[in-house]
Amino acid sequence: MVNYVFRRLLFFPVVFIALSLMIFSLQMLLSPVQRISAYITSNSELKGGREQIEALIKKYGLDEPFLTQYWEWIQNILSGNLGWSETARSPVSEVLISLFPATVELVILAFIPSFLGAVWLGTKAGANLNRPKDHAIRIFTILGWSFPTFVFGLIMLLIFYGYLNWFPPGRLSQWAVTEVESGNFIRYTGANLIDSLLNGRWQIFLDSLRHLIAPIITLTYVNLANMTRVMRTSMLETLRQDYIRTARAKGLSEKIVQNKHARRNALLPVTTMAGMELAYMMGGVVITETIFDYHGLGQFAAHAAANLDFPAVLGFALYFALVLVLLNLVVDLLYPLIDPRVVLK
Amino acid sequence: MKVFKYLLKNPLSSFGIVSLLLFVMVAALAPIIAPPQSFQLSPYETPRSSFWATPQAMSKDHFLGTTQGQYDIYYGLVWGTRTAFKVGLGVVLVSSIIGIIVGSIAAFYGGIIDEVLMRVVDVFMAVPFLIAAMVLTTLLGKGLGPMIIALSAFGWMSYARVIRSEILRIKEMEFIQAARTYGVNDFSLIFRFILPNAFFPVLVLATMATGSMVLAASALSFLGVGTEEGYADWGQFISYSRNWIVGQGDDPFKYWYTLFFPGMAIFLFVFSWNLVGDALRDVLDPHTIHK
Repeated sequence: MVNYVFRRLLFFPVVFIALSLMIFSLQMLLSPVQRISAYITSNSELKGGREQIEALIKKYGLDEPFLTQYWEWIQNILSGNLGWSETARSPVSEVLISLFPATVELVILAFIPSFLGAVWLGTKAGANLNRPKDHAIRIFTILGWSFPTFVFGLIMLLIFYGYLNWFPPGRLSQWAVTEVESGNFIRYTGANLIDSLLNGRWQIFLDSLRHLIAPIITLTYVNLANMTRVMRTSMLETLRQDYIRTARAKGLSEKIVQNKHARRNALLPVTTMAGMELAYMMGGVVITETIFDYHGLGQFAAHAAANLDFPAVLGFALYFALVLVLLNLVVDLLYPLIDPRVVLK
Repeated sequence: MKVFKYLLKNPLSSFGIVSLLLFVMVAALAPIIAPPQSFQLSPYETPRSSFWATPQAMSKDHFLGTTQGQYDIYYGLVWGTRTAFKVGLGVVLVSSIIGIIVGSIAAFYGGIIDEVLMRVVDVFMAVPFLIAAMVLTTLLGKGLGPMIIALSAFGWMSYARVIRSEILRIKEMEFIQAARTYGVNDFSLIFRFILPNAFFPVLVLATMATGSMVLAASALSFLGVGTEEGYADWGQFISYSRNWIVGQGDDPFKYWYTLFFPGMAIFLFVFSWNLVGDALRDVLDPHTIHK
C-alpha cells in the first residue's frame, strides 16, 4: 500500500518538470525585447534607447541558450515562493494560499449535491430504461451539458440579482468585508462560512451564504449533468449482470435489487469520474467565478493567463496537477473499500 | 447507412440533425440573409450603427436589436454561425489528427515509445485546459486561427487514448496477421487496415467534442482573449451582454435580448451536436439498442 502511494506520488516530479518546460517554452515564444519588460520597473531604465535595451537583455541573459535560461528561471521559481506574480502584486504561493479556501468552499458545497443528485438520478434513469422517466432525465442531462456555463450563470444573475435582488455577486457585502478585515474577526481558515461560525457572527455567515448560493446552483447543474450520464450507463451495465437476475429470481423486491444490489456496483465508474470532476472543479471554476465576481483561484488564474503572468500560470498549473494527483490517489485508495475484488499492487 | 437510419429514427438525434442542417443553411446563406455593407472590411466585422454604449431594443433596422456598442445582434448571430462551424470543426480536425498520429505510433510500436508517449498524454491531461488555452491564444494574438491552435494543442489527448486502445484491440485480430504475412508495410497496415476499423469511436468522440469546443471557444471570447472586438462570434456577443443583464431600476429585464439571442444560438448549436453524439454512442454500444 505504502509502496503504491509512493509510486503514484513519483509522477508529480515528472509533471513538474514537464509543466515547467511547457510553460517556459510558451514564454520563449516571445522575443527577448518583449520579455525584458518584466524586468523593468521604471521608465528611467529605458533611457539610452536600443543600446540600453540590448544591454539589459545581455544583463538578464535573455539571449542565452534555451536550457541555460530555463535553468535560471526554474531556480528562481523554486528558491522563492514560486516567483512573483505581476497581476496580484505578491508572491505566487501567497496568492494561491489566500485564494484556495474561497474556491474549496465553493467547490465542496457544489460537489456534494451534484454527486448525490447524480447517483439518485442516474439510478432512476438506468432502472427505467427507455421509459418516460429515463427520457426526462436524459434530456435534463443533455440540456445541462450543452448549456454554456456563462449563459446559465448570467441567467442566474439576471433572475436572482437583477430581478429578485436575493443573491448579489462577489464573496461578501461591503459592510461584511469591513467587518472581516477589522481586527476583531479572527481568520482561522480563510473560508468565510467556517470563520464566521467560529467567530460567532451569524450575520456574516448568512451574508457569505447569500453570495454562495447562485454560483453553487450554476456549478451543481453543470456537473450534475455529466455525472448523471455516467451513473446511468453504469447502472444499465450492472442491471444486465447475472447476479441481478439471481436476486430477482430469489424474489427480492425491485427496490432492493436496484438500490442495494445494482447501485453499489454501479457506483464504481462514477467514483472514478467524480474524483476527476472534483479535481477539475478545484482547478477550473474559472467561468463561474468570473461571472459572479467571486474572488477565487479560477478568477485569479484567468486574469493571470490573459495578462501572460507566467509565474502565476505555472503556480496555478502546479497546484492543479497536485490536486489531480492527490484526488486520483484518494479515489484509488477508496476503490478497494467499495469493491473488495480490487487489490492495489 | 444503418447508422444514419438509426439516427433519423431516434427522435432526439433526428431533432439534432435537422437543427444542424438549419445551422448549415444559415451559415451558407449568410451573405444573402445578412448582406454585408460596402464599407465593411470583412463580412465578419459586425456593423455598428453608432458608438453609443446602451443596447437598443428590436426595431425595423435591427431585427433582434443591438448590443453594447450598437453591434447588430442579428448580423452577428448569422455570421457567427460560420465562426462556430469553423472553430468547432477546425479544432476537432486538428486535434483528432494529432491524437490519431500520437495514438497510432504509441500502439503500433509499443514498448518504450508507447510508454513515453502515454506519459506525455498524462502530462497534458494534468494541464488546466481553459487557462492553458487562454495563455496560448494571448501569445499567438487574438483571432480564429490562434484560438483553433490553442484549443487543439490542449485537446488532442482523448483521441490519442481512444485510437491507442482501439489499435491494440484490432492489432491482435487475424486479418491483420494475414496482411502482415502478406508483406504489407507498416504505413499501409496502419492507414489501410487498422485505422478504418478504429474510425467509429473517433467519430463519436469528435461529434461530442465539436459542441464542447464551440463552448470552450466562446468561453475564451467571453473571458476576453478570443476574437477581436466586434467579430461575429457568439461568445463575444454574450460578453457584451454582461454589463446589461441587470437592466434598469424599474425594469430588470430591459436588455434581455442582448443575452437571450446569442445564448440561444450557442445553446442550440451545442445541444444539437450533443444529441447526435449521444445517439451515435448508443449505436456504438450494442447493449443500448432495444427494438
